[in-house]
Amino acid sequence: MGVETFPAITTRKEAVIAWGQKNSLWPMPFGTACCAIEFMAVAASVFDISRFGAELVRFSPRQSDLLLVAGTVTFKQAPILKQIYEQMCDPKWVISMGVCASSGGFYNNYCTVQGIDQIIPVDVYISGCPPRPEAILTAVMKLQHKIENPATTPPAQFMAKEPKFGY
Amino acid sequence: MLEKLTASHPKAILGSVDRFGTLEIRIEKSKIADVVKTLRDDQELLFSILIDIVSVDYSTYAGWTGERFGVIYQLKSLALGHRVQLSVTAPEDEPIVPTISKLFGNADWLEREAFDQMGIRFAQHPNLKRLLNHHEFVGHPLRKDYPITRRQALSTNDSLMDEMEARLKEKGYV
Repeated sequence: MGVETFPAITTRKEAVIAWGQKNSLWPMPFGTACCAIEFMAVAASVFDISRFGAELVRFSPRQSDLLLVAGTVTFKQAPILKQIYEQMCDPKWVISMGVCASSGGFYNNYCTVQGIDQIIPVDVYISGCPPRPEAILTAVMKLQHKIENPATTPPAQFMAKEPKFGY
Repeated sequence: MLEKLTASHPKAILGSVDRFGTLEIRIEKSKIADVVKTLRDDQELLFSILIDIVSVDYSTYAGWTGERFGVIYQLKSLALGHRVQLSVTAPEDEPIVPTISKLFGNADWLEREAFDQMGIRFAQHPNLKRLLNHHEFVGHPLRKDYPITRRQALSTNDSLMDEMEARLKEKGYV
């Protein structure tokens, strides 16, 4: 018996809203370095971030709900990043893309913020300098799972697997 | 070139050395603007481009006995293809060098960078304020006695409207 014979399904209101949110993430790229170039590759057709519903890049924080910090953030830029984050409407999520945004990277010096989590809360971190496009897609999938299942474990494909070859 | 400069500015030339094929001339600090003007305007020299201004902190330099700070100017002639390097030194307690921003326009920001990172002040500079570091920064980070990991947070951004208003006025929009 399918939907055709019984045209109603039961669910929770939260689940429907989360389903809509996770499939229409509108990213706002805060691109300050080479990671932003890598994000362009993700948005283009080969890797195609639109498969995850996150292709509508907005360069206004008022219209977006995913802040994608791609690149090195200096102390001179830190108030700007903070202001952009505060201008975004709830609900909002943050992906820290690349090692510079996540931890300062090799810029262990006088001018670089050692990780944007010192300024704004971060949902998903991506390693790499710059990350591969697949890593960004993985981060989007992780964030989708996080939106769908608030405060649960990571999805099964990110958990440690059984060894492939059992001796 | 050196003979010509020695003839026109006898008190300005302190010495010269060949740096990997480029002539480097040590100049008396107070005469730097005159020497650069001669290099730029002389019809046999024609140094039309200021390539770069480099500031140096010699405080941990091996075998150095002179004054602590140095400023090195690199010039190139487009018409004749030759280069020259000028160097001046400035003492630690009063690192003041005359500006050449009236002779070369790009010297404005190059000197601001040297002031920002090394703390060398340029006398009669039109707008000597920080270029790379933020306006609440204390100290000069490229000095050898500045700890490389001393970070300074910024509370509010510089609006930069003072420069914007000057440009608007200059172009006649206000």
